Amino acid sequence: MNTKELCEKANEIRKDIIKMLEEAKSGHSAGSLGMADVFTALYFGDVVKYDAKKPDCEERDMVILSNAHICPVWYAVLAHAGYFPKEELMTLRKLGSKLQGHPYRQSVPGIETSGGSLGQGLSIACGMAYSFQNFDKKDNWVWCLTSDGEANEGQIWEAAMFAGKNRLFNLTQIMDRNNIQIDGYTEDVMPLEPLKEKYESFGWHVIDVDGHNIEEIIGACHKSKTIFEKPTLIIAHTIPGKGVEFMEWRYCWHGKVPNSKEAQEALKCLRSLGGKIKSESE
Amino acid sequence: MNLVKNLYQKDKLEQKPTRDGYGEALVELGKQNENIIVLGADLTGSTRCDWFQKEFPDRFIEVGIAEQNLACIAAGLALVGKIPFASTYSVFCPGRNWDQIRISIAYNKANVKLTGAHAGVSVGPDGATHQGLEDIAITRCLPNMTVIAPCDYLETKKATIAAGNMKGPVYLRFAREATPMFTTEETSFEIGKAQVFREGKDVSIIACGPTVHEALLSADELEREGISVEVVNNATVKPMDEKTIIESAKKTGAVVTAEDHQVMGGMGSAVCEVLAKNYPVPVEMIGVQDRFGESGQQEELMKEFHLDKESIKEAVKKVVGRK
Repeated sequence: MNTKELCEKANEIRKDIIKMLEEAKSGHSAGSLGMADVFTALYFGDVVKYDAKKPDCEERDMVILSNAHICPVWYAVLAHAGYFPKEELMTLRKLGSKLQGHPYRQSVPGIETSGGSLGQGLSIACGMAYSFQNFDKKDNWVWCLTSDGEANEGQIWEAAMFAGKNRLFNLTQIMDRNNIQIDGYTEDVMPLEPLKEKYESFGWHVIDVDGHNIEEIIGACHKSKTIFEKPTLIIAHTIPGKGVEFMEWRYCWHGKVPNSKEAQEALKCLRSLGGKIKSESE
Repeated sequence: MNLVKNLYQKDKLEQKPTRDGYGEALVELGKQNENIIVLGADLTGSTRCDWFQKEFPDRFIEVGIAEQNLACIAAGLALVGKIPFASTYSVFCPGRNWDQIRISIAYNKANVKLTGAHAGVSVGPDGATHQGLEDIAITRCLPNMTVIAPCDYLETKKATIAAGNMKGPVYLRFAREATPMFTTEETSFEIGKAQVFREGKDVSIIACGPTVHEALLSADELEREGISVEVVNNATVKPMDEKTIIESAKKTGAVVTAEDHQVMGGMGSAVCEVLAKNYPVPVEMIGVQDRFGESGQQEELMKEFHLDKESIKEAVKKVVGRK
């Protein structure tokens, strides 16, 4: 896909997220919308090596979503990538659905680990990366998505130390730096800055990107694959709720979903690309 | 039963720490299967992982004093096909990393083997912070988790090998100090099977861990007082061999459970659950009675916390009176 197609795909993903969350009546809007560009870049920008028809193939990269509450965006991307039918997206959080509120490994092809309790995914990613590098001698990559609020958890730093010590170069962490968490802005709740310097002091290579510039994201991912001797952290600076004007920047949308009226507004906003397409916004 | 000849002569029996059985079994497993990986959290010598580390240095991973990371790195390894054994003290694992075990291991059904060394008050002088008394309670309540408390050095060896060969999350607990070796190579061990180590008619003592030998000693002495005591080795706390437990209760009509663990939530509680649902009989529970441990020597702590042979005898007499 070229850049224009990738942007369109990300927009499709955002529309699906709104529809899913409205139907489910609960879930996490801000982070899901915010990370739509990163996920689109990963799965449709020739970054992650995968085969949706053969989800267990040996050559596949591992994708770990540690801040698993934003799974709506991942589910949407997996469906668009062909792992399961798009119609199933509307079953999110319903009893008996394969799309649990927080991912359950056994129910969704393409999902390597269950998640939802913050701070655990990076360690799991380290275990996988360590195995590929030291035991299996495979060149499969491990992509681990985390959130910034999640870095309050001590375990994240345990994993960071481990990755640095063991020079897990086949591990790329992508942090959703949207500056929000449940109780407010990250720098008010528990300041993380200077974040880049912290990770660098742990032996990591760090790249800052605009989390909504798909080309930049893809570039950073490919760059991370050329960094030997160190794991890489890509700090993706995002706007929580990106794409839906009335949600953008507001931390209250972290764990809130749009009601029918709000969902209509949100979809109108997405269809008209934020009011740029006049005929849609009338 | 194929138990040792001098079963009831404690001073004639060889004493070996159960954790030695673990350490040796790891080396054996390592030789059989190249997917066996061992992880340590800065307690490598004490958990007897150093023997594996020496044989297979490339398959040993040091994570430092970071038990949450320990559990999840093990999960990551298991999810890509390895068979990790993660070892530290029971107070730290499952104590410190219970959420990680719950989600990354149990919920994922990840093939991780967790070991909690230094379980029980018998840990000794280190005191309460290091005496793991709640580990069985917080692991057996997790779906998909197998929980084993082997009774001596040899059984620990067999249990470790069995754990390495089965699919799914396992938690193994062992003690710190040397305890009597009273089973033999011929004594059978199967995950999920309790064994009647001694037959009796009046009371069943259902025990796990090194406490099993204390139960046997008390049974031997009670025989001379006219009470016929059956002793069951209930090594697999989960999945429990309900059939054997119920059969024994039906036979004797009274039960004493015995473990070096809180009475709340441990193996004894699990036995009570099974009996209450299937065949209620009077039960007395030997275990730590809702208090923390403290510093002391193994023998004196067993007495202080009423986990020794004398306390077990008292409990037997009490439960007989309740029949």
